[in-house]
Order: sequence, then structure tokens, then C-alpha cells
Amino acid sequence: MSLLDIKNLKTYFHTRAGTTRAVDDISFSINKGEIVGVVGESGSGKSVTCHTLLGLLPQPPAQVEGGSVTFDGNELLDLSPTLLRAIRGKRISMIFQDPMSCLNPYLTILDQVAEPILTHEDVSKDEAEGRAIEMMKKVGIRDAEKRAHSYPHEFSGGMRQRAMIAMALVTNPDLILADEPTTALDVTVQARILRVLRDLRDDLGVGILFVSHDLGVISEVADRVVVMYKGKVVEQGSVESIFENPSHPYVKGLLACRPTFETKFRILPTVDDFLQTEENPDGSLALYERPDADVRLAELRNQIDTGGEPQDSNQAESILEVKDLRVHFTSGGGLLSKPSDTVKAVDGVDLSISKGQTLGLVGESGCGKTTIGRAILRLVKLTDGSVVYGGTNLGDLPLAELLPYRKRMQIIFQDPYASLNPRLTIEQALIEPMKVHGLEANRSARRDKVVELLEEVGLSVDHLLRYPHEFSGGQRQRLCVARALAVEPEFVVCDECVSAMDVSVQAQVLNLLRELQEKRNLTYLFISHDLSVVKFMSNEIAVMKQGRIEEFGTANDIYENPQSDYTRELLEAVPRADF
Amino acid sequence: MNAANNSLAHGKPGNSLWSDAYLRLRKNRLALASFWFVMLMLALCFVAAWFCPNPDKIDLENKFAGSSVSHLLGTDQLGRDIFARTLFGGQISLLVGFVATTLAIGIGVVIGAASGYAGGRTDAVLMRGVDTLFAIPFLVVVIVLQVVIAEWTKDASGWVVDSWGWDKKLTSRIANIIPLFIALGLFGWLTLARIVRAQVLSLKEQEFVEAAKALGYSRFRILFRHIIPNTLGPTVVYATLTVPGFIMYEATQSYLGLGVEAPNSSWGILIRDGANFLETEPQLLIIPGLFFSLTLLALNFLGDGLRDALDVKAAKD
Amino acid sequence: MLRFITNRLLQGIIVLIALYTITFFLIKAMPGDPFTGEKNIAEETKQLMREKYGLNESVFHQYFLYLKNVFTEASLGISTSKAHSVNEMIGQSFPVSCILGLTALSFAIGLGVPIGVASAVRKNSWVDYSGMALAMIGICVPAFTVGPLLQIMLSMKIPLFNVAGWETPRDIILPAITLGLVTTAYIARLTRSGMLEILSQDYIRTAHAKGLPVSRVVCKHALRGGLLPAVAYIGPAFAALISGSFIVETIFQVPGMGQHFVNATKARDPFLLQGVVLFFGLLIVIMNLAADILTGFLNPRVRLGQE
Repeated sequence: MSLLDIKNLKTYFHTRAGTTRAVDDISFSINKGEIVGVVGESGSGKSVTCHTLLGLLPQPPAQVEGGSVTFDGNELLDLSPTLLRAIRGKRISMIFQDPMSCLNPYLTILDQVAEPILTHEDVSKDEAEGRAIEMMKKVGIRDAEKRAHSYPHEFSGGMRQRAMIAMALVTNPDLILADEPTTALDVTVQARILRVLRDLRDDLGVGILFVSHDLGVISEVADRVVVMYKGKVVEQGSVESIFENPSHPYVKGLLACRPTFETKFRILPTVDDFLQTEENPDGSLALYERPDADVRLAELRNQIDTGGEPQDSNQAESILEVKDLRVHFTSGGGLLSKPSDTVKAVDGVDLSISKGQTLGLVGESGCGKTTIGRAILRLVKLTDGSVVYGGTNLGDLPLAELLPYRKRMQIIFQDPYASLNPRLTIEQALIEPMKVHGLEANRSARRDKVVELLEEVGLSVDHLLRYPHEFSGGQRQRLCVARALAVEPEFVVCDECVSAMDVSVQAQVLNLLRELQEKRNLTYLFISHDLSVVKFMSNEIAVMKQGRIEEFGTANDIYENPQSDYTRELLEAVPRADF
Repeated sequence: MNAANNSLAHGKPGNSLWSDAYLRLRKNRLALASFWFVMLMLALCFVAAWFCPNPDKIDLENKFAGSSVSHLLGTDQLGRDIFARTLFGGQISLLVGFVATTLAIGIGVVIGAASGYAGGRTDAVLMRGVDTLFAIPFLVVVIVLQVVIAEWTKDASGWVVDSWGWDKKLTSRIANIIPLFIALGLFGWLTLARIVRAQVLSLKEQEFVEAAKALGYSRFRILFRHIIPNTLGPTVVYATLTVPGFIMYEATQSYLGLGVEAPNSSWGILIRDGANFLETEPQLLIIPGLFFSLTLLALNFLGDGLRDALDVKAAKD
Repeated sequence: MLRFITNRLLQGIIVLIALYTITFFLIKAMPGDPFTGEKNIAEETKQLMREKYGLNESVFHQYFLYLKNVFTEASLGISTSKAHSVNEMIGQSFPVSCILGLTALSFAIGLGVPIGVASAVRKNSWVDYSGMALAMIGICVPAFTVGPLLQIMLSMKIPLFNVAGWETPRDIILPAITLGLVTTAYIARLTRSGMLEILSQDYIRTAHAKGLPVSRVVCKHALRGGLLPAVAYIGPAFAALISGSFIVETIFQVPGMGQHFVNATKARDPFLLQGVVLFFGLLIVIMNLAADILTGFLNPRVRLGQE
């Protein structure tokens, strides 16, 4: 008998704007000692499923409209609150996505990890705390006795997530619901946490429901996979069958549109190349395979990337030369005291990029890659070193003379929601840069240009008078690209600009960036923590660690022949299918 | 790609955040009712008042009269029309509330935005100053300050009467209220400065401000076109909630005899005088009291409603 | 933690100095010679005071002389309007004001916090609506209306309390309630919004996911964070209580410092005014310090010096 059996579950959200079918008739099950990966993009309903199982959704606006969830013979959806509470934390535990916001900042770690024991079992405080510390050691928190009395903000991200796992395990539950448990973590930390979860499955026979949007992670950790799209399960099966032999067009599209290390495509296939959606009269969606999917794939295969070899870079002129760049941040000073902390974000970096090429900058959080991007554009102050663009050292220029360079160098940021002034219409936002730099002769010429730009990034003239909050994340990022293009730059820094997106949207934006590069002969500095994406976009790559460059080489060399240990560690840690 | 494209196909105008907020506010019936109540009160006190009988006219034969056609709400202990006195008293109370608030907002926004935007030493110094002033008992200093300013305005009004020939009585009445505006305004901007500064600090970190810098916009343009418009929300809310606070302060001061003085009248003074007759003629206290409390209530509900409507978290998809 | 307290104490001292400076110059700017037209002060005393406080000399001189007298002789001068030593007058009224203020504050916290918590936990229910309605009334009905009303209802119509005066402990109740009403309202509102903010946090969901009973979630997990805005308000609340005391002491004839402040301002009595204002400042600094310590107790990030 399976541990958890979900049948025809429906959870709808009723708001003033209408009813959203977040989970629309899904069925699957989990057995003991099995990791089931639920994968989907935002809006697929995977998180809502998790929360519905434990009854954690606020009842208005959410409403379970039907179906059954059987846990070890009990119907969870019908349980009284008291009985449900007895199961939560004792037989079914949950691990959440962001351990910083999911741990109470006002209580110690020990207090919170021991709490489930004290709530569900009749033991003394000392015994509960003892068991809590044992569990913390088991999940890899060193010096657990001492560190247990710290507060969440004193732990690193990885440690916090381990504390959450300890908290979930401490009552020996039968089932763990893990909602994007590694999404907020660096890739090396993620690899360790995944190992902890696999060990739990092997040693304790715990069943795990692992929810993620990251196909790579799912392929590495799950035994069986359930793929969700817009509230429905579109396909489920063993991890091998899903990844090697997908049958549903959405799954095929999802798998194809990720840039992996082996990808040879120059333009990525997108989900739309495989999937066609139509709305049924009753409001639900019907999903079809695109009849011309194969044709499209063949087309893309023919455009395989053969270029990007070093032969070009010697002939192309170098447009940007960075020498010994240092950016140090000081903090902790007040009116009367001297600054006490110095963070050496960038500590001696040399770079050069040739015109029309893409330099990828990759590393984990805190390595300084984002700071470099901003320092090059002089959005942060350089502590030392030189940034020479087109022959001029930008570091020395007084602010007033920087304006012409602001026209030639642009940046696209990570968060498309925060990158647009919410009070300006699209038209105003796109015209403003032209006004500031004196481009185009008059108002009407500027308007024409704006329309051109919108079409170039794949949006339409209908969007002119709208405000940013009326667009989706992918569309907003396109608007940011359009705004950057409004000043006709030569050089663009892409600062984690696809990191906050679903994989299918990411593919579209990456394709757009590629197209624009070819059309306008743009030079990119592409910054990301995602090694696969960086490999796809770049000709040459620099790997960064703690403010310095660990290794530099062409994209292929870095991946096939990593020289430094750190690069090897990073590559090892990237989750991928290993059947 | 040509002119034909842009003239016809503009597309539907979008909903700005302001219009979204306005729609949300309209659905809040309490806030809407409060808004209209405040409008009503302003209309009554500043327009209708002039159509009422003279509030200062003493008519000892007619004391404590009940309501009648000539005296809508009756008369007080000196035969003066209660309704008229309440409306004229309302003028002063509302004036103090709104004018002092405007002054406080003006100072607070400028200091808060400048401090937040400049950052560094300037910010540290200004905020230390604000923290220090914050810990000083507000009303205590306002009262003392106001006494001092009252002296100056008295002298100034004498000068104005002599040099410019203004009417003596009117000038002295104006001279009596101005110290209140100034004292309250000079001290009441502290919280707003903090609020605006906090907003500016968080906006400074937002990517659209960095994008503006990267696009080469001047600091001036960034501050006035991009940052300050995004701080208006909390400013408007706070302003709406400050007005009743100042009206209450004025009433307190006048009650103590340290604020508005005769022949000026305000709701606070009317309530104080009315308290003497609470047992026998309660309407002398209740009528101005009701006007006073209901106005404050309406302003507070309106402020709360504005706060809910402008909650940006709800605005973001 | 110790560094935190020392820091705050130093700030307190700066505040007192700023307060003294501001009020000193304001008082000096008030019209009239302190001794003109005032009763019953012997001529020798006047002469003595003139010398001691340098009243014939420059303003800056006087500024420092006053401070010198405070520190070397612990003397705040003589009240020109009441012909008593200011020390004595404050000495008698300070305890009264303290008792009144602290009782009002306790009442405000004791009633305001539970109302706020209940309103937040039962958001949009009748509990919430009535709690917030009461709070609104507290904010919009001034003390000088509530006071007389209470006097009529609970002293005259139903003789439960004395109308005014400060003789029996029972006399504290009506003034304290009148004084504390506004603060109760603000604390209730702040607690409600603080709790709502916390209750929408992710870690509350975690607590539910662990199977904790609702009471434990609210009291152990939510309360600490939820109370912070209300605790931060304690300092300003005390300032408001001081302002309110002027009125309440007048209505209920309580012999506290508030009355002295009002009278001193009307009479332009510089020494009494200065002395009373300094004491108010001192009270506020102490209450701010208490509030900060309480915040440090509740919020570990502040305690460990990271905020």
C-alpha cells in the first residue's frame, strides 16, 4: 500500500478577480522509501499541492473543491483540525523554500528544532533538546551543541536549511514534503543537501515529496517524476522514462529548452515550439503537440553553433580592458566611529572582451561577479584599478564626462519587477533615455523609434500606454532590454538577467539576446550563477571566487578541461541526470 | 515603422498605480463616506458659516434657547447662536489642522528626501538631529514656542496695523492663530521626515533607480522624476492622519488657555466652556464635541482607507 | 548589550542638553523680567537670585550659571510665581505625576495589548471591528470630554468615586483612565498591525506545519515580533501622557507637575518652567531607555548589536 495517495485533488482560489484553478484534478502517489519529484514552472500548482496536503492554505480564498488524499489509510481532507495537527510535524513534516524567512528570527535554533518533539511527545525538555542536537549533527551541522543556541540570522543559508531538515526529521516522520528546499542555495551547498535527502531515503526509509522547478535537481534526486502544468499532471513515470523518453509535448519542450552542457543549439527551442494550447468552452485548457515540432527541431539543429572559437577573438578588437580592478566596501562606521568592516568584493581582477563577443562571468553568491558589472559601468566606486573602454579609462573620468559612455554601455538587471519605475508608462520609460541623450529629432520621431524597439523585442504597440505592473516577468525583462537599446549601446552587461525566470521564459529571453547580438553586433558581459546558461551564451568564461578570477578560458575548454579545483568542484555540483 | 503606425495604434491606456488605488478606495465605503463627511464639514465651516447669524452677538434675554428657525441648534449662556459658534469655531480648528500639516509636510518631505538621497555624513547628521528632537516632549516645546512666537506676531500685527492700515481686530485675531500654525508645523515634521527618508532609502536600492543612473539621468531628474513620486503614497496617508492630530493638539492647548484666545474661538474652547454646563445644558458641550469627534473620526478613517488602498503589495500582481 | 545601554544613555544625555538649550533660549525670549510684578519675594532674595543666576549679565553666561547651580547645589531656583523653591515644588509633585503616569500606562498596556492581539487573530470578525471601533473612539474623543463625562457618570450620578482631588488611592482611578485612553487606543492599533504583519510571515506557516496549537503559535511565535511596534511606541506614549496630564490634572485637581507647567507658562515663571521641562525630559529619556531595553529583550538582532 502506498504511503500517500492523491486522487483527483482540486484546489481553487476564489478572489475578486475571478477563480483560479490552482490544482485541477491531479492524482499520484508516494511509497515508502521513495523520492517523488514534482516538477513544474510558476503557476503549475506544485507548491499549492504541497500546502493543500497539510491544510496550510488560508481557507478563503483557497478552497479544496474535491478529491481525496489518503495517508496511511486516513483521509486527510476530512480530518478535524485537532487530528490534522497531530499528524503535522509528527508523521508528515514539511521543509520550505527560504529558510531565512521560514525560521522564527526571535527564537533560537535549538528551541525551534526541539519544538516538534515537545509538541507531539511526552518527554522532558532536556531529552527533547538532546535529540534535537543529535539530529542536527546527523544532518551535518558541526559543533551542534554550541551553535544550537544561535539565532537564525547567525547561520549561513546552507546551515539554516539543514536546521530546517533537522526540524522536519526530529520526530521520525513517515513522509517529508519538501517545497523547493534547495532553490535559495548555492550549487555546491545544494549538492550536499541533496545527498542528505538521498541518505534519508536510503537509511530511514522516509518517503519524500520533492517539489522543484529545476529539472536538473529533479533528475538527480527523484526516483519517480510527476510533471505539472497549469494545475494538471501532464505526465508521470520513472525518472529515466521521463527524461529519456518523454511523451507529452510540454515535457518534451521543457526538457529541450534548457541549455545543458551538451547543448549545441545556437537558438534554443522553446516550449511553444512543442506545445499548443487552446481554451475549452468550460475555461480549462486543452494541450496539443505542435504538428510541426519535428520540423522546427531539425531547423534549429541546422543552425548549430560552430563559431565561438578563439580564431575570431585575436582579430576582433578589444573593446573593454579591465586591469587589477578592486572594489572594497566599508561598513560599520557611524558619526563618531571609524568603519570597522571591509568587504573586498572584487580583489584584483583582469578582464578583456572583444567586440561582438560574449564574456561569461560565473561564480557562487558573494564572489563579486555582480559588483564587477556595476563597477565597469561606474555604478559603484572603484577602489583601485582601471576600466578602459574604447581607449579611455572610465575610472578617472569626472561624472560630467561620463554621459557619452552611458550611451555606449548599458545594463540589464536581475529583477524585472524592480527594474521599471512603476509610475511611468512604457512609452514614457522608453522615450526618456532618448530625451536625455538628445537622440532623434522630435517627439514624433521618438515615438516611431519606441514602436520599432517594442517590435524588436517581441512586444507590440498596444503596450505603449500600459504600466509595468500589467505585464508578466518575461515581458518586463523584454521591456528592460528595449529601454537599454533605446540609447543604441555597443556593450551590455547582463546581470543575472534570466535568473529569476521560469525555464521556458528564460529560453525566449536568451534567444532574444542572441538575436540582438547578431543583428547589432553587441558585446555582452554575461553574469550568472547558472553554469549551463553561461556556457550557452558565452564565447569565453571567467570563473570567480571571493573577488578573484579562479580560471579563464573558452567556454568549451572550461567545461571539458577545467584546470582549477574550484572549477571542477562547481562542475561536479551541477545537478544532472546520471542514468 | 512609419508615422501611420503610431498615430492610430496606441492601444488601450493602462491603469496607473494611482488609478488602481483610487478604484480600491472607492470600494471602501467607510473611507468614501468619511471623505464626503470631511468635504461637508469644510463646506459648512467655510461657506455656510457666513450665512449664519453672528456668532458673537450677545442676547442675554435669549439664553439657553432650544432649537428654532432663527437658532438652528439653540443658544448658549450668553444667547449666542450655538450652530454659528460651532461653525466659526470649526474654521479655526480646521485651519490650524490643515495649514500646520501643510507646513509640516513641506519641511518633512524636503528634509527626509534630501537626507535619504544624499546619504553618508549628511544623512547621519540630520537623522541624529531628528532623533534628538524626537525625544523632546512635543507639546511642552510647542506650547513654549508658541508663546514666544505669539509675542512676535503681536508686535508684528501692531506694525502691520500702523503701516498698512489693516483692521485692528481682524489683524489681532489672525496674529493669534499664526503662532499655532508655526509652532505645530516647526515640530510636527519629524515622523514624516523619517517615513520619507525610509522610503527614499529603499527606493535608492531599487533597480529602476540604478537603471536610471546607468542611462545617464542626472541626480536631479532621478530625485524628482523617479524617487519622490514613489514616496507620495505614504506621504499622503501620513498627511491625512496628521491633520486630526494637530486639531487635537490645538484643542488641548486652547482648553488650557495656552492656544487660541478670545475673541477667536475653536472647538476646543467651545468644549471647555460647555463643560461648565454639562449637568444642566449638556448640548453646549455635546454639539461642538460631536462636530469635533466626528471630524477627527472621518479624517482617521479616510487615512486608514488611503493606507489600505495604496498598499503596494496588493498592487503588485 | 552593555554597549547598547551605554550608547542609549549617552544619547539620552545629548537629548537632555538639547532640550535644556532649546527651552532656555525660548524662555529667555519670553517677555518680561522674571521678577516684575510678582508677589512676596523678599528684595534680598531677588538680589541673591540676580547674582546667582547672572540675570544682569549675558545670556550665555546665564546658560552656564544655571547648569552650574543644578550640578553643584542641586538647586533649580525659586519660582517667581509661587515664591517657593522649585526643588520643593517639583519634589512634591513629581511622585504624583509618576504614579498617575505609570498607572495610566499600565492600564493602556493591560487593555491595549489584548485588544490588539484579539483583533489581529480574529481579523475582520466582530471582535476585530468592536476593538478597533473602541480604539477609534479613544483617539477622537478628547480627554477634556471624557473626563467631565466620567465625573458626571461615576462621581455625581453614581457616587463611586470622588469628583476630584488626590487623597485616597481610589482617586487615582478616574484620572488614570481618562489619561490612558488615548494611549490605549494607539497601543491597540499598533499591536493589531504589528501582529497582522507577523502573522503573515512565512515562519508562522512553519509553526502551523509543525502541528503547534494555535495558542502556542500566537503566544510563542507571533507575539515577540508583533509587540515590537507597540514597545517602540512606549517612549512617545509617555510624551503623550505628559501632554495629557496637563488637562487631566486640571480637571481632576491632581497636584502633579502638569499643573505647574501650565501655571508657569501662563505666569512666565522661568525657573519653575525650566525645572519642570527638564524633569519631563528626564522622564522621557528614562522611558525611552526602558523601551529600548525591552526591544533588545524581544529582538535578538538588536541585542547582539547587529541592527
